[in-house]
Amino acid sequence: MAFGNKSYTCASIHNTLRVQEKIIEGLLWLSAAITILITVSIIWVLLSESVKFFGEVSILRFLTEKEWTPLFADKKFGILPLVAGTFLTTAIAIAVALPIGLTIAIYLNEYAHARFKTFVKPLLEVLATIPTVVYGFFALTVVTPFLQSFIPGLAGFNALSAGIVMGIMIIPMISSLSEDAISAVPRSLREAAYGMGSTRLQTAFGVMVPAASSGILVSVILAISRAVGETMIVAIAAGQQPRLTLNPLVPIETITTYIVQVSLGDVPHGSLEYRTIFAAGMTLFLFTFLLNNLSFWIKKKYQEKYD
Amino acid sequence: MTNSEKNRLKDKAFQVFGVFCTLIGLVVLAIFLIDIVIEGIGRIDWDFLTSLPSRRAASAGILTAWAGTLWILVLSAVIAFPLGIAAGVYLEEYAKKTKLSNFLEINIANLAGVPSIIYGLLGLELFVRMMNLGGVLLAGALTLSLLILPIVIVTTRESIKAVPRTIRDGSFALGASKWQTVWHQVLPASFGGILTGVILALSRAVGEAAPLIVIGALAYVPFVPKSPMDEFTVLPIQIFNWTSRPQAAFLTNAAAAIIILLLITFLLNGIAVYLRHRQQKKIKW
Amino acid sequence: MTKKHSKLEAINLDAYYGDFHALKGINIAMEEKAVTAFIGPSGCGKSTFLRTLNRMNDYIDGFRIEGQVLLDGRDIYAADVRVDELRKEVGMVFQKPNPFPKSIFENVVYGLKIQGIKDKNVLQEACEKSLQHAALWNEVKDKLDKSALALSGGQQQRLCIARALAIQPSVILMDEPASALDPISTAKIEDLIHELKKDYTIVIVTHNMQQAGRVSDHTAFFYMGELVEYSKTKTMFTSPKDTRTQNYITGRFG
Repeated sequence: MAFGNKSYTCASIHNTLRVQEKIIEGLLWLSAAITILITVSIIWVLLSESVKFFGEVSILRFLTEKEWTPLFADKKFGILPLVAGTFLTTAIAIAVALPIGLTIAIYLNEYAHARFKTFVKPLLEVLATIPTVVYGFFALTVVTPFLQSFIPGLAGFNALSAGIVMGIMIIPMISSLSEDAISAVPRSLREAAYGMGSTRLQTAFGVMVPAASSGILVSVILAISRAVGETMIVAIAAGQQPRLTLNPLVPIETITTYIVQVSLGDVPHGSLEYRTIFAAGMTLFLFTFLLNNLSFWIKKKYQEKYD
Repeated sequence: MTNSEKNRLKDKAFQVFGVFCTLIGLVVLAIFLIDIVIEGIGRIDWDFLTSLPSRRAASAGILTAWAGTLWILVLSAVIAFPLGIAAGVYLEEYAKKTKLSNFLEINIANLAGVPSIIYGLLGLELFVRMMNLGGVLLAGALTLSLLILPIVIVTTRESIKAVPRTIRDGSFALGASKWQTVWHQVLPASFGGILTGVILALSRAVGEAAPLIVIGALAYVPFVPKSPMDEFTVLPIQIFNWTSRPQAAFLTNAAAAIIILLLITFLLNGIAVYLRHRQQKKIKW
Repeated sequence: MTKKHSKLEAINLDAYYGDFHALKGINIAMEEKAVTAFIGPSGCGKSTFLRTLNRMNDYIDGFRIEGQVLLDGRDIYAADVRVDELRKEVGMVFQKPNPFPKSIFENVVYGLKIQGIKDKNVLQEACEKSLQHAALWNEVKDKLDKSALALSGGQQQRLCIARALAIQPSVILMDEPASALDPISTAKIEDLIHELKKDYTIVIVTHNMQQAGRVSDHTAFFYMGELVEYSKTKTMFTSPKDTRTQNYITGRFG
């Protein structure tokens, strides 16, 4: 029923319109719901193959054995060497990216001219857009030979140059997220510090960084998560030798590299070797899942601090 | 030296260090690009672009690799674009602030943080095995679409959020329905931003190698794919393959292929930046 | 009050945002083809009430009403009422001009196009008529295909009025339509309201008492969610009955 006496209003047309609206809303909802389906599928795929894997290899062996040799005749299934390799490259990357990224964030916020900032920021973003396989090439053909010139014991494949290059790649991630956090600190706080005669450096480290610490922490956690899951740089430059070591000068293997290594060979579907990549993948997924949710939690907890 | 002089000196020192840190990444980037260009530019010629892969470095080309990359680019766009925009529209315009929508949001943020190689494992089981597609273009494009979906959704939401409430009110007040308002007002006003996000997401997809290796894309494909059901390779995989070989001639090939890959990536990013710039100039609320 | 037909009527209307009781037992009847002004201090409920008249509050989470709003004697909150039908009858103009980022022509015919009217001639005719009615035609007739965002604020607001007129409503709600405009543009809008009341029932929310005095036939004073006083504008401004009205009109608070 219509108001007034509009001649063009016609009940049946409006019913079709209403049905159409409902169908469209349903389709949109479905698209959003697919994202849940993706998560469920990821967990299901990883779990179902891992469960079969752990049917043959006990979790205890998986977690405590010190060697990872599923592709050899003498099979050992200890994930620790892969975890160690992942940890090592990640630690090196963060050791490079955190000081540089944080310094950039502070410098751009407290020191740099606005013009310099608008010029430099997009350039830094370029670092994040370069495909990782390209970084891998760089690590192998430029950084490793360069490091070898003054580190005599450095192997051709090693965690050091892969980690350093990975660190360069994630600089913009830390710098831009930290900068957001620092610039979100209220002006009044900074002005109070300057008002008491602090230098820019004292203001930055005495006031701004502590005040923005939760945001900076989030940026670091996300960077760690990114480094843990990074594949091509380590696959190209860090080697394929699972080794329980923290020595950055020798070839190692990360979880991600192992998955690539197996994928490149022709391991028959359904074999134990095939399932190892899902057990390794599950381990990787757990790490990144925990890190990501930790960052969400911190963000949520400290978000309203200055509102 | 007085205390305050010392402080001022430290302040200056940090400023110098700040400039150094800001520039170091850029310097490394520059060194790297120059190195690649020096090593690879001489190798790029018409033959290199139009030849099939070969076991001999001197006669190997990247025809199948860049053709595969273009296929992947187009297919991923076709799959992820409508899906991501639809999901973004739902979350921003339709979903009530309930537990469910909150959960959807966290879930999407989580998906964005899942390593790309895990998407490869998902694609391997879901598309290659269960749907029985094999390691073909379609399976690769589907896998990468899932990978970039969170990015598309997030940028869609941000662009839609930037459309002022008053525009929706104006449309509703004229009797428009929810969907009419979204279709005629919200989407056109936010399209530039959405497109920018989608292109950035695609540039990410173009550079991915790991998930495609996992689903079984091959390095050696002796023909140009003709349909989504053909086997394929892409530039990053070709680069990875050549980089892994000991002979120097293959490293030169890799460098040359990297130049082409970077051209594609920078081109996509350039388009995105241009679109964002134009959008900002065009509409001032 | 004169016994002309009452176009819009609220009966025992209560409105809530979650727990907040925004409108308390409103009873009011608005006369057809006349201007009714709502005045009162910020947060008094006048804008909320205006927006219940075309159900613009429907999209706000946690908003609900009790009681009735009658348009031509029919409850607009009844289950069989379609909101889009209602809004074709009750047009609205907002506080800040909100033209769509499209051409002037597209702005005016938007309401018709979404009703499925595609005939070019019909649209062009409606566009010209509405713009003339909104006293904008002479200023824009040569640039109908130019972006509406290029117009001045006052022109944009008249465009928004033209846009509302194009769908031929019988009621026009105006939510502080001149508050974002300069004095000259404001005068134009006020002149326009005088013209429009020959054909339309107009309800206007305003902060500006002089404006209420200039444009309205009846004035309703709202205070803290209540309708304190409702009478002919002249009566209200010369001899208000309630002390709160008196205090507000004489500027003791606001």
